[in-house]
Amino acid sequence: MTANSKYETHEHDVLIIGAGGAGLRAAIEALAQGAKVAVVCKSLLGKAHTVMAEGGLAAAMANLDKADDWRTHFRDTMRGGKLVNNWRMAQLHAQEAPDRVRELEQWGALFDRTESGDILQRAFGGHTFRRLCHVGDRTGLEMIRTLQDRGVQMGFDVFMECTITKLLKDGDRVSGAFGYWRESGRFVTFKAKSIVIATGGIGKSWKITSNSWECTGDGMALAYEAGAELLDMEFVQFHPTGMVWPPGVQGILVTEAVRGEGGLLRNKNGERFMEKYDPKKMELSTRDVVARSIYTEVKEGRGTPHGGAYLDISHKPAEYVKRKLPSMYHQFKELADVDITKGPMEVGPTCHYMMGGIRVDAETGQSSVKGLFAAGEAAGGLHGANRLGGNSLSDLIVFGRRAGLAAAEHAKKTAAPSLDNAQIDEAERQVLAPFDRAEGENPYTIHHDLQDMMQRLVGIFRTDADLRQALVELEKLRERAKKMRVEGSRLFNPGWHLSRDLQCMLTVSEACTHAALARKESRGAHSRLDFPKSEDVWGQKNHVIVKKGDAMTLFEVPRTAMPAELAQIMAEDK
Amino acid sequence: MADATLRVFRGDREGGKAVDYQVPVTEGMVVLDAIHSIQAHQAPDLAVRWNCKAAKCGSCSAEVNGKPRLMCKTRMDALPLDQPITVSPMKAFPVIRDLVTDVSWNYKVNKKIPPFQPQPGVKWKMEQRDVDRVQEFRKCIECFLCQDVCHVLRDHDKKEQFGGPRFFVRVAALEMHPLDGLDRTRLLKEELGIGFCNITKCCTEVCPEEIHITDNAIIPLKERVVDEFYDPVTMIVRKIFGAKNT
Repeated sequence: MTANSKYETHEHDVLIIGAGGAGLRAAIEALAQGAKVAVVCKSLLGKAHTVMAEGGLAAAMANLDKADDWRTHFRDTMRGGKLVNNWRMAQLHAQEAPDRVRELEQWGALFDRTESGDILQRAFGGHTFRRLCHVGDRTGLEMIRTLQDRGVQMGFDVFMECTITKLLKDGDRVSGAFGYWRESGRFVTFKAKSIVIATGGIGKSWKITSNSWECTGDGMALAYEAGAELLDMEFVQFHPTGMVWPPGVQGILVTEAVRGEGGLLRNKNGERFMEKYDPKKMELSTRDVVARSIYTEVKEGRGTPHGGAYLDISHKPAEYVKRKLPSMYHQFKELADVDITKGPMEVGPTCHYMMGGIRVDAETGQSSVKGLFAAGEAAGGLHGANRLGGNSLSDLIVFGRRAGLAAAEHAKKTAAPSLDNAQIDEAERQVLAPFDRAEGENPYTIHHDLQDMMQRLVGIFRTDADLRQALVELEKLRERAKKMRVEGSRLFNPGWHLSRDLQCMLTVSEACTHAALARKESRGAHSRLDFPKSEDVWGQKNHVIVKKGDAMTLFEVPRTAMPAELAQIMAEDK
Repeated sequence: MADATLRVFRGDREGGKAVDYQVPVTEGMVVLDAIHSIQAHQAPDLAVRWNCKAAKCGSCSAEVNGKPRLMCKTRMDALPLDQPITVSPMKAFPVIRDLVTDVSWNYKVNKKIPPFQPQPGVKWKMEQRDVDRVQEFRKCIECFLCQDVCHVLRDHDKKEQFGGPRFFVRVAALEMHPLDGLDRTRLLKEELGIGFCNITKCCTEVCPEEIHITDNAIIPLKERVVDEFYDPVTMIVRKIFGAKNT
């Protein structure tokens, strides 16, 4: 216990918030640098959303397609992102991913193998070559278990089922964080020289989503409140293939690996409709294109009985399907009474991934706030306007490592900060407020209405009128949230937990809507019915959102030109 | 469709009781959906762990009608809805609140297991057929249902002497990794107490990942322990020449 907080306090060089792939990889690197490291996570260790990643991780290892190299991966990533990616991040990512994959293997990960005993790679949308290293359709689980075991053995301090509600500052730099133990409801403070945000995405703001309950935009909201900038928040990926039936599983991910392994998309008339939308790449077009295509087919009356498209892999031998897509096989058999080796799945778009996030330096992951770093989905820039499948898992390990390294180095050069009791008192007041009200709305109702509204007004296709309406609705929801009430005690109380997560969801939903309203063009995952084309002038800028006073402020930043070497790669068309 | 009655344990370390909730049943509904419906409309403080709702994370373990199950994978229409459906926390672990149990013991056991250590100078080439059997074990989502059902833990509470099926699966994955260079047999015998397991296969029956825990992990590991410590020839040699010469 240190003197300057009235609560249980833990002191570390590096505090990592989030224990998915990025957080764990950052922790491992910071430990390797000799830092004292804490990892805080909302769930049990090993349950982070990374476990749900299925298809694989993209790295130009060239194990099957010898022509593949980082240049092609770089070009695919930039093209997939419609050229508004941070080109330096895309370059580092493509260059470093193969080494990061080898490292996983050296730490015990067991990928599927080629005939010659190397790591097997599969085709995926937008990737020129077979590039995704995978383990059947449970690649994320393999990755998280490998990183978890490595980190535990190296000796990080893990604070499981602990929620951070506020970042603390000492002048213009971060000094630590305030939170509570989910189990007991007791408060806890962390004091740290560096903080890495690795909290993942924001999908729980939408009704139909592949995301787990944890994906409530906490890290982005925490960073925003602490003064950091958010980048490109309009770019939200709707994965083309989520389950559509039965209602309870709506949105659950159906891996792109189904299409990577040869799965075909058809409408109710049996037509392979991708011929109309992308005759060259067909089912393996980029996710933004396939999602819009399915949406359009359904809207124009060619959908399946439950409002989706048919995805069929049953032309492949049953044993092959069960071996390459075991969890899809079980998922459909047990939850939807469909045997995917015998007939088609019904699938439709589901909110999947936030391309935007905390604006960071490409090399270090440092945000605009001193000592505050971010990596993985919580950080923005790498994926531009649309992420390619497989580039998320590689993002986690490439930039998780870089953020962990930079955070440890920053800690070495920095004196211990001090915690400010006034900030802690304020944080405490904020989280306890819903208990103090004698009456008020239940947070579940407000969350339900938020999801419903975002689905309706800030979905795949957007318009000026809808987005303006969304801002009005968000304001109303925020007012309702100010009056919500939580029942029961502080002991493992999900209603209370949601009341706090909801605040984060409101913040990131607002950021997303503002940015979507401002971008008057269609690009990647951002489709405006009123501005259906991509405009060159919009390709020259990114959106930044920052808190000024109490107001959310948006401004444009011009993109810097690529160095000649990278521009040359973009110009080549292999 | 009709309503179902869920009889859910409500309580904490001090004790508690089962409370009945009426829930409207919809098509394809799973038990976790019903629990969420209770949270949203009747008891917002009902404590439950869950993450993915797709049987990939192993968080929502509980006992449904007395059977260890993942709630996200247990279909309501597979249960007899004319009677109340009981939903209780895992019995082998201490209750924190409602359906949430303290599983921290598992993480302590895990720490005892030396991680993967490659043989010196390996080439990182592996055949799929050598990897297959390890990949079966790597499917484990750490739901701890095998730990919950195992009578050594559930009925005899031998948590000090016994590691439980989950960690035999983990050790098997390491021991059978084609490139691993460590030997964990002594750990299995002395720290994880594999001898306590009398291969009743209860763990295999409840595994949602359908890992053949007993046949493919525990029995081969038991054989290794027997070969190393109980082989009669080795024992005679040991008796005559002393342990260090064997």
